[in-house]
Amino acid sequence: MNNPVQIPYSVQVEELTRCFGSFVAVDHITFNVADGEIFGFLGANGAGKTTTIKMLCGLLLPTSGKGFVEGFNIYTQSDQIKQNIGYMSQKFSLYEDLLVRENLEFYGGIYGLDNHTLRQTIETSVMATGLREHLEKLTRDIPVGWKQRLALTCAILHKPKILFLDEPTGGVDPISRHQFWSLIYELAEKGTTVFVTTHYMEEAEYCNRLSIMHNGRIMDIGAPQTLKEKYKQSTIEDVFIQLVKK
Amino acid sequence: MKPRFIAIMQKEFIHIWRDPRSLTIIILLPLVMIFLYGYAITFDIKEIKIGILDQDRSPTSREMVRQLTKSGYFVVTADLHDRSEIEPAFLGRKIVAAVIIPDNFSRDLNTSFRIPVQLLVDGSNSNLATVTINYIKTFFLTYSLQINARLLNAPIDMQPRVWYNPDLKSANFIAPGLVAVIMMLICALLTSATIARERETGTMEQILVSPIRSAEIIVGKTFPYIFLAIIDAIAIVVFAWVVFKVPFRGHPLLFLFFAVVYVYTCLSLGIFISARVKTQQVALMAAQLVTTLPSLLLSGFIFPIVSMPKVLQLISYIVPAKYFLVIIRSVMLKGVGMAALWQPTLFLLVFGTLLLFISVKRFKTNLEG
Amino acid sequence: MTYDINIVDVSKRFGSTVALDGLTLNVRQGEMFGLIGPDGAGKTTLLRILCGLYLADAGHHLLAGVDGRKKMRTVRSFIGYMPQRFSLYPDLSVAENMRFFADLFQVPHKEREIRLQRLLEFSRLGPFIDRRAHALSGGMKQKLALSCTLIHTPKILLLDEPSTGVDPVSRREFWSILAELRGQGVTILVTTPYMDEAARCDRIAFIHKGKILVTDEPTAIPSLFKKNLLELHCRQHVMAARFLEQSRAFESVKIFGDRLHVSSHKPNAQTTRLIKSTLAAANIDVISIKPVQARIEDVFVELLQ
Repeated sequence: MNNPVQIPYSVQVEELTRCFGSFVAVDHITFNVADGEIFGFLGANGAGKTTTIKMLCGLLLPTSGKGFVEGFNIYTQSDQIKQNIGYMSQKFSLYEDLLVRENLEFYGGIYGLDNHTLRQTIETSVMATGLREHLEKLTRDIPVGWKQRLALTCAILHKPKILFLDEPTGGVDPISRHQFWSLIYELAEKGTTVFVTTHYMEEAEYCNRLSIMHNGRIMDIGAPQTLKEKYKQSTIEDVFIQLVKK
Repeated sequence: MKPRFIAIMQKEFIHIWRDPRSLTIIILLPLVMIFLYGYAITFDIKEIKIGILDQDRSPTSREMVRQLTKSGYFVVTADLHDRSEIEPAFLGRKIVAAVIIPDNFSRDLNTSFRIPVQLLVDGSNSNLATVTINYIKTFFLTYSLQINARLLNAPIDMQPRVWYNPDLKSANFIAPGLVAVIMMLICALLTSATIARERETGTMEQILVSPIRSAEIIVGKTFPYIFLAIIDAIAIVVFAWVVFKVPFRGHPLLFLFFAVVYVYTCLSLGIFISARVKTQQVALMAAQLVTTLPSLLLSGFIFPIVSMPKVLQLISYIVPAKYFLVIIRSVMLKGVGMAALWQPTLFLLVFGTLLLFISVKRFKTNLEG
Repeated sequence: MTYDINIVDVSKRFGSTVALDGLTLNVRQGEMFGLIGPDGAGKTTLLRILCGLYLADAGHHLLAGVDGRKKMRTVRSFIGYMPQRFSLYPDLSVAENMRFFADLFQVPHKEREIRLQRLLEFSRLGPFIDRRAHALSGGMKQKLALSCTLIHTPKILLLDEPSTGVDPVSRREFWSILAELRGQGVTILVTTPYMDEAARCDRIAFIHKGKILVTDEPTAIPSLFKKNLLELHCRQHVMAARFLEQSRAFESVKIFGDRLHVSSHKPNAQTTRLIKSTLAAANIDVISIKPVQARIEDVFVELLQ
């Protein structure tokens, strides 16, 4: 009964709209994200990105329009959606007074992993992310770059099909950012869909496709190279500014 | 150009004003508290349920029971016929006490020196039990005197009279105490929380990088709460006067003066707590521990200080509410003036100044420590 | 040459962590100086010491010639500090926030209103004067924070990652405001994680583990890169980067936008051949390979390794 509708898309959105009072935060947006794609969701501050992500994660109901995440309806199946997505925000949502290991165990527990699976998953993921040497440290004592990796690890412990990253690299130095993105690529290669917002336009170039949002509408969607050619600009930052300043 | 502490003060007023929910709580809290304390937690007794096992069944014994219930303190909820009925009545909570009048009560009354009237009391509510025993004891003492007076002229005729609170009304006792507790609550709790909040949100960092002095921050941040506390104090007194008919015998201006002195001490205590506390949560808990609880429990508001263990009695000497209670009960119920109250007033002033001095010294205009 | 900020041998530790380790740095008057370094390098600690929020364990610093430790209140009257975290009052409006900070710095009333108008115009916050700070967008919040920092016309501005979490349009706007301030003679010390912002500064310094590694003009920084550097443009550049890295034939492979930077000690011709053969084996088309000058970020990454 709860089987998802079989579709090749991880995210399907049609004419999705959300109003707050008379303010239209998200204004009839339509887009699809394919399975295993790294999708960059760009926009100025206040363009409606966070509202869209909240609707896709089942935290906020749309005013109108259709939306499916991993085949589940965002109006009626938010519980199933939550089981299948991972979410990480710029604030990292970690407990600073817990050990790194305790944070991992906590998030694993939330997603209902049994002890055996949890231990194995933590083992394999700290190997992959290099968090191993920090496992027994207090979270507040590790550098920001490591916190970011920890937050990512927490978000993927339950092996979600799609990962939402809301400005995951804000305030993180270039080296940590590179390392973070190489982790993201590994995830995508293994088939996880990645839906990411960022203010670093250089990072936008790492995405398979981009959408640029402004005042609640999607101004354009395309591969970075395609967009640059279309608007005859040399960088995505210039494309962004051209689209948003119009 | 306005002084810096005025700038902080104005801003603080805006915060209070723009947060209607907190403001409502600050205004409503005292009224709710006095309502609850005034009605629910009354220390007066009325209509205590008793059972009577009258083994005499004479007109004299019936007359005595009638006199016992006439006072309004007791109602007979069980007319018992046998000792075996007493325990089920207690267990079924039908009665709190049972009075057993022996056989031959009326016959012995005029001849015997000692008539064994037995009183059984449910001790599971020790407060109520104590009060019940005292009342019934007094009743029988009076009753015996009446009987004896007929036989001989009693040498001593003790006629108790209670001054200042003749009916021993709890509200008269509680309202002044509430003023003390609530003013402490508002001053200490809110000021410590407001300073901690700025630390938590990072705005303190932005203020500190201006050439401001710690005293300016402290004065500016606490001043608005003096107003709130005084408004609350007045609200309680007026409410108590109107609703509970608590008398107000002193001069209103004198009351205001003492209220300001007390607020000063309370604020100093609040600032003292918040000088080093980093989060609102810790500030609130510390304030509870250091201010609200002692004000409720160790000030003599509810429990008499003389009956506390020595250690607590010693601690009570540094509880500002204890001194203010003496002052405000005197002002409200006795209507005494300044001359009689200079000692507690002096203590409050000295204690407040000391704390304030230490706090200003401890309050750093940097993020160290 | 007059220096507006002199930092001599300043050290600071928190418990067992050494945040600043005998750091020495001089910033010229009227200069826009960029401080870049990895997280935890000591950037925020340094700025907080300069405005007296932390006390250094050792060393001393002068701001416009005034001893920052001995005359902290004097220093605070002519510096402006903008913390990394937005620290204004969310329940106060734009104008109320600005007036509050003006009063804190004892700006005379008449002067206050003039400056308020000027800063509102300058930051283009005029239309939002009555809006509460919590309802502003990220970019507007940053501009409001800057306006509050500028209300007492400081001689020296200390900005801690002012454009984190701000979109590209607002970021450009913010930096054009900074450039204008620099034109007015304000000394600016700014920390940033963006290398393109570092390039806008007059001079930059790399800070790492509480020490300054290098200080120079942005244009001089690339010459510190001692290896040969090739820029590779190809299809599937992220996949390509992984293949090249796995081949272990190169010093470093870094992704810059849609291009790859491959560095090597070997001559360029040899490296080019190696790249082509590696990618051919992986079936990835090469569009172009050309030698390029290192960017600041190349040097940054190199210095830290």
